[in-house]
Amino acid sequence: MSWVNVCGYQVLQPERGVCALVDGRQVALFRTHDGVVHALGNQDPFSGAYVLSRGIVGTRKGEPTVASPLHKQVFSLVTGHCLDEPAVTVPVYQVRLDGELVQVAVSV
Amino acid sequence: MKKIVVVGYGPAAHRLVEALLQRGFDGRITVIGEEPRPAYDRVALTSYLSGVSAEDLSYPVPEQAVVRLGSRVTGIDRQARVVTVEGGAREPYDVLVLATGSAPFVPPVPGAEHAYVYRTIDDLDAIRLAAKEAADGVVVGGGLLGLEAADALRSLGLRTHIVEMSPWLMPRQVDEGGGSVLKAHIEELGLSVHAGAGVQEIVTDDKGQVAGLRKPDGTIIDAQVVVFSAGIRPRDELARASGLEVGERGGIVVDSAMRTSDPDIYAIGECALSGGMIYGLVGPCFTMAEVAADRILGGGAGFEGADMSTKLKLLGVEVAQFGAMTGALDVTYMDPVAGVYKRLFISDDAQTLLGGICVGDASPYTSLRSFVGKPLPAPPSDLLFTGGGAQLELPDDAQVCSCNNVSAGAVRSAIADHGCADVPGIKACTRAGTTCGSCVPMLKQLLEKSGVEVSKNLCEHFAYSRAELFDIVRVRGITTFSELIAAHGDGRGCDICKPAVASILASLHNGHVLDGEMATLQDTNDRFLANIQKNGTYSVVPRIPGGEITPDKLIVIGEVARDFGLYTKITGGQRIDLFGASVDQLPEIWRRLVDAGFESGHAYGKALRTVKSCVGSTWCRYGVQDSVGLAIELELRYRGLRSPHKLKSAVSGCARECAEARSKDFGIIATEQGWNLYVGGNGGFKPRHADLLAGDLSTEELLRTIDRFLMFYIRTADRLQRTAAWVESLDGGLDYLRSVIIDDSLGICADLDAHMSQHVATYQDEWRATLEDPEKLSRFVSFVNAPGVPDPSIVFATERGQIKPVVLS
Ligand SMILES: Cc1cc2nc3c(=O)[nH]c(=O)nc-3n(C[C@H](O)[C@H](O)[C@H](O)COP(=O)(O)OP(=O)(O)OC[C@H]3O[C@@H](n4cnc5c(N)ncnc54)[C@H](O)[C@@H]3O)c2cc1C
Ligand code: SF4
Repeated sequence: MSWVNVCGYQVLQPERGVCALVDGRQVALFRTHDGVVHALGNQDPFSGAYVLSRGIVGTRKGEPTVASPLHKQVFSLVTGHCLDEPAVTVPVYQVRLDGELVQVAVSV
Repeated sequence: MKKIVVVGYGPAAHRLVEALLQRGFDGRITVIGEEPRPAYDRVALTSYLSGVSAEDLSYPVPEQAVVRLGSRVTGIDRQARVVTVEGGAREPYDVLVLATGSAPFVPPVPGAEHAYVYRTIDDLDAIRLAAKEAADGVVVGGGLLGLEAADALRSLGLRTHIVEMSPWLMPRQVDEGGGSVLKAHIEELGLSVHAGAGVQEIVTDDKGQVAGLRKPDGTIIDAQVVVFSAGIRPRDELARASGLEVGERGGIVVDSAMRTSDPDIYAIGECALSGGMIYGLVGPCFTMAEVAADRILGGGAGFEGADMSTKLKLLGVEVAQFGAMTGALDVTYMDPVAGVYKRLFISDDAQTLLGGICVGDASPYTSLRSFVGKPLPAPPSDLLFTGGGAQLELPDDAQVCSCNNVSAGAVRSAIADHGCADVPGIKACTRAGTTCGSCVPMLKQLLEKSGVEVSKNLCEHFAYSRAELFDIVRVRGITTFSELIAAHGDGRGCDICKPAVASILASLHNGHVLDGEMATLQDTNDRFLANIQKNGTYSVVPRIPGGEITPDKLIVIGEVARDFGLYTKITGGQRIDLFGASVDQLPEIWRRLVDAGFESGHAYGKALRTVKSCVGSTWCRYGVQDSVGLAIELELRYRGLRSPHKLKSAVSGCARECAEARSKDFGIIATEQGWNLYVGGNGGFKPRHADLLAGDLSTEELLRTIDRFLMFYIRTADRLQRTAAWVESLDGGLDYLRSVIIDDSLGICADLDAHMSQHVATYQDEWRATLEDPEKLSRFVSFVNAPGVPDPSIVFATERGQIKPVVLS
C-alpha cells in the first residue's frame, strides 16, 4: 500500500469535489459537511466521461452521495454503489489525513 | 368496404370522424366541407380577433379520412346513393351523414344585404376589415351570440349598440330581473342597449355605404357596420330538396339513433331536429356525433336530449343558466349595487332543485348544476349566498362536464381506478373539461375530496414546493443553503434541491453564483459557467444581444475558436457556440472574450438565454417597429436573471413574425400602435404557441408587464417548470395572470417592480467577476494535484474539418 500526497485539507471546500491524478488514475475527492473525506473513481460508468468530481454532493436517507453531472445517477460516497442502479459501481479508494495533508492510496 | 360520406365539416362532423375511427371503423370516410379550412372550434371563434390563429383554432385532421375543403354539396340522389358537389363531382355513399350546422338568421329588411353575420372565420375577417373604416357598430340581437359579437365590435374599437327585440337582453337565458342587472353591467362598459326595439331598415348613404339602422319608431342609430345575430336557422336545404322529413320551423327530423326518414342517412349537430328541439350548443352536438358513430357501427346508443345549461363570461360579466327557468317556488337574491342577480327554481314541496339563473356571479352554476332534479343539498338561501361552497357531495350520476357528457362517477373512477392525480390527467382520461373548461373547478373539487395527495415536496430533504421555499427564503431573509436546510429541511440536500435553492438565492440576492457555499450548490454548468458536453468538455457561448454583432467582434470569436481549436456552430438563438474546451481552458478563453467586450451568455444557467430578433423596421420593408433595438434592450435588462427554468424570448418587427416570437416564454410582435406581448410559448418536446397577454403596449408598458410576468413566475413556479406549463397550471389562467400583474389584484406589483429594479441595478458579468477573483479561478483545473496537466481522457477526432469528441470506455 503506497500513500500519495494529494493536496492540503483546506483546499477541499465542503461538498465541492475535486479530481486528483494518482498513479495515472483519476480520483474524485469529496469532503462532506461533517468533515470526512471520500475518494471514488472519477469516471462516470454510464457515460464513460471522467466527471464525477464535478457532481453535486448531498445525502440520500442519510448516506453521503454524489450525482453524476451528465445524467444525474446518484452514487454512494461510502460504497461506490449506484443507488439508482445497484448493479453499477465505481471504485472506492482509501483516503487519510496526515496532519493537514490529504493522502490517497490507489493500489491494493 | 363501407363508404361513409359526411356533409359539412364543423365540430359535429369532426367529432363523428374521431368517434368512428376510435371505434375501429376501417372503411372509407369522405368529409366534404364548404369552408376553406378544416373544422375549427367555433365556440372559441371570438378569440380569433384577439390574435389566436385559424390554425390554433382548428381541430387536427385525421389522416385516415379523405377531406375536401371549399366544396359545397349541392344535391343528394337517394336512389343512386350519390351526393353531388358544386362543380359536378359525385361521391357515392353507403351511409350519408348530414352535419351542415346552421346559418345565422338575417331578417328580410331593406338593406339587409349590407349587413354582416358572425359565424365563421371568414365572417370575422370581413368584419375586421370593415371595422377599420368605421367608428360605430350595431349588433342586431341581444342573445348569447349577439353579446359576443358586440364585445367583438367593441374590441375592434367601435362605439357599439345592441338592438334586441325582447324587453330585456338574453331572454332565453335570464328573466327580467337578471336582464336588468345585465343591462347595467353592459352599459357601464360604454355599450348602448336598445331593448324592445326592432329593425325597420339598414340605411345607406348616396355612395351605397351603410350609414345606420332605422328602428320602427323612425329613429336612426348611426353605424357603418351592422352585424345580424338574431338567431340561427338549421341548414336543412339539402335534406328538404331530397325529400327528407324536416320540421315545420326547420331542422332535419331524426330519431333517437340520429337517423333521418331515410335509414341510410343520419343528421347530427345543429342541423338536426331531435324530439322537436334544435340544440344550439356544442355539447349536445358532440353527443349526437357519438351516438351516430355508435349506430353506424351497429351499436345501440341513443340520444335522449341534453342539458342546455350555459355559462359564459361576456364583456367581463358572468352569466349562467341551468335547468328550468320556472318553478313553483323560487328564491331570488339581487344586489344592483354589486351587479349580482341569482335565482333558484324549486319544486312546490321545496325539496327538489329545478334550475337557476345567475348574473354577475356564476358560482351557483358550478356547484348546483349537477343537482338539477335532485334533492336540494342545503337550504336555498345558503346556496345563493355561498354558491353552495365546496362542501356539496355530488351524486355519481350528476353530470359534471356537459360538453362531453361526463358524470361525477366517471371522474371519480378516473381518479380511483386509472390513477389520475391531477386535472390534466382527468382531462386526458375522460375528456371532461376539454371543451369550454367551465367544469374544471369541479374536477379540482372532486380531486381534492378523493383524498389524492399530490406531493409537492421538492425532494426528500424539503417538505415544501419550490414556491413555498421561495417564500420562506424571502420572508425569513435566509441567505445560505446551510441555514435553510438546518431550519427547514433534512440531511444535506441533493442534485434536485441544491440547484433549486441556488436559483432562489440568486433570484433574490443576485450575488455571484460561485461565492462561498453557493458554488457547492450549482450543477456543473453553473459551477464552470459553461455547458458540459458528453465527453466532459464544455462549450462557451458569449452573449450577442438581439443577435446583432459587429464584424470586429465576429472576428474575435473566430480567432478564439481557431486558437483553442474549438468546434464552432451557430445556435438557434442567434449566437455562436464554441465546443470542446477543457475546464483549464475556460478562463483563458474568457479572458480573450471579455477583453474584446463580450460577456457571459448564460447558456449554462436556468436564466435568460437570448432575445432573438428579426431585422425589423430599420431594414425590412414590412417592419413597423425597431425589433432589434427592443430585443437588445430586453436582453440587457433581463440578462443574468436566475429563474425556475431557462427563459427564451424573441421580437418580431411585424405580424409576419420572422423571429418566431410565439414559440418563446415571452414573445413580442410589433403592431402599428406598439407591441403585442405573448407569454407561455415553448418549442421542444411539447410545443405550445404563446398566448396574447396584452396588446398595443408602449415600450414602457411592455417592460413593466414583462418585469412583473417574470418576477411572478420566478416566485410561484415549480422547479424546472417552463412558463408554458406554469401559465397552464394557473388557476384562472390568463385572466388571473392579467388580474395579478396588470390590475394588481394581489397588491404585489410594487414589490415585483422593486425586485426587478434591484436585479437590473445589481447585474454583474459572472465571467468578468470570476476572472478578477483568484480564489474562484483556482477551481478551474483538471487536477488539484497537477494544475496545468491536461485531462488525458479528452480525445478528439476530426469531422468535416472540425473536432468531434471521442469517449474512451
Ligand atoms: C360566435 C359563436 C360562439 C359560440 N359559443 C358557444 C358556446 O360558448 N358554447 C356552446 O356550446 N356553443 C357555442 N356556439 C355554438 C357552437 O359553435 C355550435 O353549436 C357548433 O358549432 C355546432 O356544430 P355543427 O358541426 O353542428 O355545425 P357548424 O359548426 O355550423 O358546422 C357546419 C359546417 O357545415 C358546412 N356546410 C353546411 N352546408 C354544407 C354543404 N351543403 N356542403 C358542404 N358544407 C356545408 C358549414 O359551412 C359549416 O362549416 C357558438 C357559436 C358561435 C358562432
Ligand atoms: S417580422 Fe416583419 S419586420 Fe421582421 S423581418 Fe419579418 S417581415 Fe420584416
